[in-house]
Amino acid sequence: MIPEALALSAVLFTIGAIGVLTRRNAILIFMCVELMLNAVNLTFVALSKLYGVTGQVFVVFVMTVAAAEAAVGLAIIIAIFRHGQTVNLKNINLLKG
Amino acid sequence: MPPSPGLFYQVHFYLFGLLAIASALAFVTRKSPIAAALWLVSVMFNLAALYVMMDAHFVGAIQVLVYAGAIMVVFLFVVMLLNLGHADELSDIRGTWGRIAAGAVGLALLAQIMAMSRTRFLSVLQPPTNPVFGGPPDRGAIGTVAQPLFTEHLLAFELTSILLLTAIVGAVAVGKRKGANDT
Repeated sequence: MIPEALALSAVLFTIGAIGVLTRRNAILIFMCVELMLNAVNLTFVALSKLYGVTGQVFVVFVMTVAAAEAAVGLAIIIAIFRHGQTVNLKNINLLKG
Repeated sequence: MPPSPGLFYQVHFYLFGLLAIASALAFVTRKSPIAAALWLVSVMFNLAALYVMMDAHFVGAIQVLVYAGAIMVVFLFVVMLLNLGHADELSDIRGTWGRIAAGAVGLALLAQIMAMSRTRFLSVLQPPTNPVFGGPPDRGAIGTVAQPLFTEHLLAFELTSILLLTAIVGAVAVGKRKGANDT
């Protein structure tokens, strides 16, 4: 079942990438990034059946990084919301030339 | 390569995979952030089921606990804190058919749990006594992950704690109101 798991992982990663590119809500974009991380985790677990349990150890690290990223990213989103009362990326264009 | 899995295994593998893809599609197409977050929780539960089916029991457990439990709660917390959920557009409970379906699903789950608590598990469903790669057979689902984590990858594990500490301090420092520490 490993090829099917890798294909599923690719599909989920693509859906996440499409979400990142099409959504305008900053929080939803963050959730799409989480979905992409989950897809990568699925690849690690699937390949750990072939190449050893190190893949599962890596998943633990990926989850830790995802938790840290969620905490810091959401704090940044709250700071942006306090600054401009919006999380819509259309309205956040301070760096636009 | 392990021997080819049985039909029971394959049907459930495809079932959880298709549910994950359907939930992911629903997730990227929802307008409401709260509905999207709940669909993402559904994706994570299906992935946890797939992890368990691929002999990664510990990863499946922490997928439910950490991802679906902790990280998504933080997301929902921020959505509700910033009042982005548009609670008036999300009606609480569907009509009569929704209640009937919810009651049927709840009763089915309860019956499953009662049945499972009274029977012995099939040998296919028990956690592997012989882990995927080497090692003594009595280490269990957690030991197979913990042994390399605390020996080969000990330095990375310790660095992870520093990363988490930095992230906590950074999140508090960024999210703090300006002037909140003046008083």
